[in-house]
Amino acid sequence: MDPNAAKLIGAGLAAIGMGAAAIGVGTIFGNFLSGALRNPSAADGQFTRAFIGAALAEGLGIFAFVVALILLFVK
Amino acid sequence: MAAGAGPVIDPIHQFQIHPIVPIQLFGYDISLTNSGLFMVIVLGVIALITVVGTAGRALVPGRLQSMAEMLYEFIDDLVVSTMGKSGRKFFPLVLSLFLFVLFSNVIGLIPGTYTVTSQIIVTFALAMVVILTVVVYGLMKHGTHFFGLFVPSGVPKPLLILLTPIELISFLSRPISLSMRLFANMLAGHIALKVFAGFLLMLAAAGGWFALAPLPLFMIVALTALEFLVAGLQAFVFAVLTCIYLNDALHPGH
Repeated sequence: MDPNAAKLIGAGLAAIGMGAAAIGVGTIFGNFLSGALRNPSAADGQFTRAFIGAALAEGLGIFAFVVALILLFVK
Repeated sequence: MAAGAGPVIDPIHQFQIHPIVPIQLFGYDISLTNSGLFMVIVLGVIALITVVGTAGRALVPGRLQSMAEMLYEFIDDLVVSTMGKSGRKFFPLVLSLFLFVLFSNVIGLIPGTYTVTSQIIVTFALAMVVILTVVVYGLMKHGTHFFGLFVPSGVPKPLLILLTPIELISFLSRPISLSMRLFANMLAGHIALKVFAGFLLMLAAAGGWFALAPLPLFMIVALTALEFLVAGLQAFVFAVLTCIYLNDALHPGH
């Protein structure tokens, strides 16, 4: 296979990882919201934790993004 | 990438560092670059808001003073809620990191400016400051007890053989993930803006299709709004994770 084509396919495959991270972040905020609607008085205290979880989940998607960028732009 | 019709914008070009004032010292290149210039500008803006803002010490704060006080109280709340009262000694570090990241993110969103945090070496240096503080302070305060961080308590002995390397790897990957998160968020946002700007130019130059050109323009406006959210959020996340990692140095052991 043409190495350049393989690089582009690899970058496209790496984008799947970003979709998976999106599922993770959506699950975190969805569960946070459903919990917050049940007990709104406790929501403010857990806001930081929701963001920490989202940041950790998002970090893995970011790694996939960096893999795609390296494949595309690093010669 | 693929050369299409019309002008092609290179989305990576904006991250290039070029010297403004070339300086050579003992064979080292210490030129003032566009990155360095914007670091100085960021520090100047922070100094303006914090020093000038609080110089009046009015009982009823004005705009600049209430901005400085809000930033101060926000980080103070964060430090005390994650590390307790004993975490106050790290308050200057967390506030400095938060303000530097926040202002370099926000200033970088002004068109024509340079985003300092879109360089991995800058964010990695910031992350290493945090991790080295954790390691040095943890070892100084707790000695070898600091390594209890890697041994979760209340776990059966055979499982520890598996869990300790996992804890060690997760600790070692912290500076990488901390720096990569900020860097890649800034990089991705700015690349997305430039890609849509490229669509706009291509459509405007593509004959009959120029009527569609406002669509990417609206997208750029929406993306810029999103980027302002991301700029604030990533600075907040950086500060929160800094607090959590420093909490490990203050109170090691699970």
